[in-house]
Amino acid sequence: MGQEINPQTNGFHHHLNGDRPDLLVLRPGLLFKVFEQEFLAKFNVLKAFESPLPLDKYLRDHAQSARAILCEAIVTRITADLLLQLPALQLVVADGTGVNHIDLAECHRRGISVTNTGDVFSEDTADYGVGLLIDVLRRISRADAFVRRGSWPLTPEFPVGRKVGGKRVGIVGLGNIGTKLAKRVEAFGCKVSYNSRTKKQSAPYDFYPTVVDLASQSDILIICCSLTDKTRHIINAEVLNALGKNGILINIGRGPIVDEETLVKYLVDAKIAGAAMDVYENEPRVPSELFGLDNVVLSPHRGAFTEEAFFDAFKIVMGNLDAFFANKSLLTPLTTNE
Amino acid sequence: MENVGVMMTTPMSAYLEQQLQQRFTLFKLWESSHSLADSVKAVVGDTKIGADSKLIDSLPRLEIVSTYSVGVDKIDLEKCRDRGIRVTNTPDVLTEDVSDLAIGLALATLRKICACHAFLTTGSWKNGDFQLTTKFSGKSIGILGLGRIGSAIAKRAEAFGCTISYHSRTKRQTTNYRYYSNAVDLAANCQILFVACSLTNETRHIVNREVISALGPQGVLVNIGRGALVDEHELVSALCEGRLGGAGLDVFENEPHVPEPLLELENVVLLPHVGTDTVETSMTMADLVVANLECHFLRKPLLTPVI
Repeated sequence: MGQEINPQTNGFHHHLNGDRPDLLVLRPGLLFKVFEQEFLAKFNVLKAFESPLPLDKYLRDHAQSARAILCEAIVTRITADLLLQLPALQLVVADGTGVNHIDLAECHRRGISVTNTGDVFSEDTADYGVGLLIDVLRRISRADAFVRRGSWPLTPEFPVGRKVGGKRVGIVGLGNIGTKLAKRVEAFGCKVSYNSRTKKQSAPYDFYPTVVDLASQSDILIICCSLTDKTRHIINAEVLNALGKNGILINIGRGPIVDEETLVKYLVDAKIAGAAMDVYENEPRVPSELFGLDNVVLSPHRGAFTEEAFFDAFKIVMGNLDAFFANKSLLTPLTTNE
Repeated sequence: MENVGVMMTTPMSAYLEQQLQQRFTLFKLWESSHSLADSVKAVVGDTKIGADSKLIDSLPRLEIVSTYSVGVDKIDLEKCRDRGIRVTNTPDVLTEDVSDLAIGLALATLRKICACHAFLTTGSWKNGDFQLTTKFSGKSIGILGLGRIGSAIAKRAEAFGCTISYHSRTKRQTTNYRYYSNAVDLAANCQILFVACSLTNETRHIVNREVISALGPQGVLVNIGRGALVDEHELVSALCEGRLGGAGLDVFENEPHVPEPLLELENVVLLPHVGTDTVETSMTMADLVVANLECHFLRKPLLTPVI
């Protein structure tokens, strides 16, 4: 209260709640864990996850003046009910790109700003999509495992792969990630087409009005779109039939975009030629029928997770928080249309 | 041409075997006895067994060596020149596949794609996430040997926003990539070094301890050329000691032997020399081998002669 000299922050500070502003963290995501010291240095972090109190009591006792919350996306849900318990809240800072877990409409109604991490993860995710594509076609993970278990001297030949060049790549969702992925695979001689909510006038690729149409004209279908009510289970039996028994599915979007049970069946029955998946309907559960399949590459949701991307994300998160508490414009605010 | 004796050195391709059988009298080195040596006018070799001095000496009627590869390091070129034996290889048709694999190796190594797959399928994901890995886009790329394959690697890397520099025997006038006059300087100025030059007496162990040190603990080496371009012993100790950040390797000094310490490392990707192993390119390469032989025996100009 009042003026205090804080040796950590140079000089006098005048805040309602002590030297540093409150920052509520219900559950620590990876970004918070990696950069925890930086957050603790600047904010009075309200660590709800460390309290033995039930959440509603904790919020009643400690978070009534909290103006900002930093939230992860895996478990936390910013619902209207939660927002009711945070009367002073004016800013929700998401630690990633997706905001499915946030009731944007309710935030808007309450005048609460929401920020995400903008575009910082899209390059790495696009890179990962290319890496998975080459892996499935050229059997890189399988060949590496073959060498590591000593099979190479015993079995001189490893089964051949398929050429990347000339393959028709269908991109579902030509947003930040899809656009970067398109540019990359073109350099390998792939032919790109896409389906998106709306046709992109500036995109030099063939547009297909439905995912089924796109799949029927693609050798490789790559999911790059976000998860919404419209995209849930958009990859279904009809799409997989159109993709065909020589087709390959790659999912670097979100698990529920694909009807996973159907996909597993199609892979086990060899009704499509292969798949690479970074995301699943119920992470970290992965259907074990996929483990033994020779033509499937499995990844534990690592498409965006590089040290570089995380540092860039941290800079945006901190930048948004700094801007908010200095009454300046937010770096990456979202509207209800996002 | 059915009476022309052609010898394959290894069972490199069932399709190629079939194509040769249809046109020539085919001998298989891994099956035949040498009493048929007088009938052999052509040798079809590969990256495992080419045509060394001993083999050439044992075939007095040999006229042409047509290798199922672009590399000719397993062929005694000097002896061929001396005896007037023609040599053909399979350039260009495999450039894309090899450069695709080079980028695939780089991505797999930096982003630990193979390790991620193993992590997931051994059930470890239930206990926590896999670690953060290293970004590929925007990194500085060094290419050792800016030939067909090196240039194709550069073109792909550029789409990822990478900056390209290179070292070659001679500086290329037609490119804007930054040139370094030696391998050490190149390694010191890039984060990912691709080895894409051909193996000759001059390039043996061109990636030596000094180059590996220059590449450093954050650096990654990708070798899709020949194992002997790299001092493998030094490479292994650098990786095990953390003096080199990682490596993606499709080739080794003594294939199919891979140094055991590498098998335990998570920062390496190890492939059994599959640079050109696709259904499509295997066939195209085989067709080119056959076409070169046909040209020779029909006294037409060779399509892709080395000598």
